[in-house]
Amino acid sequence: MSISREEVEKVSLLGRLLLGPGELEKMTSQMGQILDYMHLLSEVDTENVEPMAHALDLTNVLRDDTPGVSLPRDEALAAAPHRDDECFLVPAVLGDP
Amino acid sequence: MSLIESTATELLGQLQSGRTTAVEIAAACLKQIDRHDAKIKAFLRVDRDGALARAAEIDARRKAGKPVGRLGGLPVAVKDLLCTKGQRTTCGSRMLENFRPPYDATVIAKLRAADAVLIGRTNMDEFAMGGSNENSAFGLTHNPWDLTRIPGGSSGGAAASLAASMVPLSVGSDTGGSVRQPAGFCGVLGMKPTYGRVSRYGLVAFASSLDQIGPLGRSAEDIALLLEVIAGGDPLDSTSVDRPVPKYTESIARPLENLRIGLVREHFGEGLDAEVEAAVREATRVYQSLGATVSELSMPHGKYAVATYYIIAPCEASSNLARYDGAHYGHRTDEKAMAVELAAQRKALQQTGDSRKLEALDNPLIRMYRRTRAEGFGAEVKRRIMIGTYALSAGYYDAYYLKALKVRRLIRQDYDRAFEQVDLIAGPVAPTPAFEIGEKVDDPLAMYLLDLYTASANLAGIAGMSIPCGLSTGGLPIGLQLQAPPFEEERLLRAAHMFQQATDWHTRRPELS
Repeated sequence: MSISREEVEKVSLLGRLLLGPGELEKMTSQMGQILDYMHLLSEVDTENVEPMAHALDLTNVLRDDTPGVSLPRDEALAAAPHRDDECFLVPAVLGDP
Repeated sequence: MSLIESTATELLGQLQSGRTTAVEIAAACLKQIDRHDAKIKAFLRVDRDGALARAAEIDARRKAGKPVGRLGGLPVAVKDLLCTKGQRTTCGSRMLENFRPPYDATVIAKLRAADAVLIGRTNMDEFAMGGSNENSAFGLTHNPWDLTRIPGGSSGGAAASLAASMVPLSVGSDTGGSVRQPAGFCGVLGMKPTYGRVSRYGLVAFASSLDQIGPLGRSAEDIALLLEVIAGGDPLDSTSVDRPVPKYTESIARPLENLRIGLVREHFGEGLDAEVEAAVREATRVYQSLGATVSELSMPHGKYAVATYYIIAPCEASSNLARYDGAHYGHRTDEKAMAVELAAQRKALQQTGDSRKLEALDNPLIRMYRRTRAEGFGAEVKRRIMIGTYALSAGYYDAYYLKALKVRRLIRQDYDRAFEQVDLIAGPVAPTPAFEIGEKVDDPLAMYLLDLYTASANLAGIAGMSIPCGLSTGGLPIGLQLQAPPFEEERLLRAAHMFQQATDWHTRRPELS
């Protein structure tokens, strides 16, 4: 098995997920299986191969620096689960819980 | 032929000559949906009133002799991941169950401008992750050819809606085969255009370097028509390519001369169903009878496509899906319940005196993110976020992500070499016909391996298409995949049309009870 339960738990924090004990067990075994399969790639000689992050040769696309219409604040806030007139609201980050 | 059995191209002719109206077509489609969608469940939502009102408005304009758009009143079904202003766009996820985007995707805007009648939203695997539609948070879609089987995915509802004659045209998206594979399983046509051919603006992102919106239909001509409408550069998507869109519908009837077709030796190995192989080989004989030459070639890195894809796509997904944080839009956990849970955990840790765990306990913001995402995402989406997060994390980046990007280059080079020798690559879409519902739900790796023949086109950014080419002895459709160099959609369409002039597989429909 190429990944431990502790590692899976740590990754779940990095990925901002919360896995229950049963889920954690299953995820550990399934990720292990999937990551084992990925090791197939280790047989490929990639010495001197440029990584390819994208199918196109991307170039910067620029537009004229003229202000256009932006999404009005009220529309941008319209789908927020918790908001006031100006801001998205989230649980307090600072101070003692 | 009845309205629902006609192709979009035929219907357009009838609309233009006044033999039918957009309202009649929309009503016929709605009736077919009413009759059969309780069992098939291709649609998540049907906009009955909106569709009929829009159709009537287009009819009135046509009657008054005013200009009418390219799709002139044809119903189009849309996979539920294209943002549509003010209308629910769920992506098959609890996370977006009640999400109403504040803007239209470019493809939606183009469909509106072309006078399409947007009739409803089709079911899909959550966030387009999956190949069976079993990952939708809103229930299964059934294959119209056999209700005990999956329709494919992730554009399963899109393919099923066409196979069941509920609409003449459907729009899907393809990140690793999500248009081509369900089209193959449902006996219809589906295209993944070249990366950059169609704007992704307003397409809810899964893996941004691989995602591409694609048309589904029941004839090559219909795919040409729909692609002509949705393709083109877009200032709102800097990865869309600003080059002219060919008049696919005008060139499609011109057969390709001296066509060179390549079969990839590695596609015909272990795991390929014998009936699928026989149907694909028979299809190449059809091309030979039409004057094409068929040769074998090797693409040695093809066997790494699944491993490469299932590193790159989850890495991009884990990054893209970070936006679902419960703060800006979408689902958010119940904060009161969360506060109670956190307080209880803190108290328990204080009592046991475990200062290390107490120190590591989530603060309320982090816990809000985690609970929101745990509740909002399904199992497959969580798996991909986990794999992507792991593969991008410190210490593993080089071994997984960077390695996969290098193999991706080698896969692209295989294609470049192949297309020096042949004009098109032909082969299977999937290793087997549609499988039983539930057969692979507990085996994610088995599900991933189904993408063996399709994922490499997304990695390389080339164009590919799925065309019906046979039926199994069990009466299930088999798809032929054609692949072409970047921006050679016209070649794919002309080749598909040639095949359909010589065969009638694309006209076969399931018997619906």
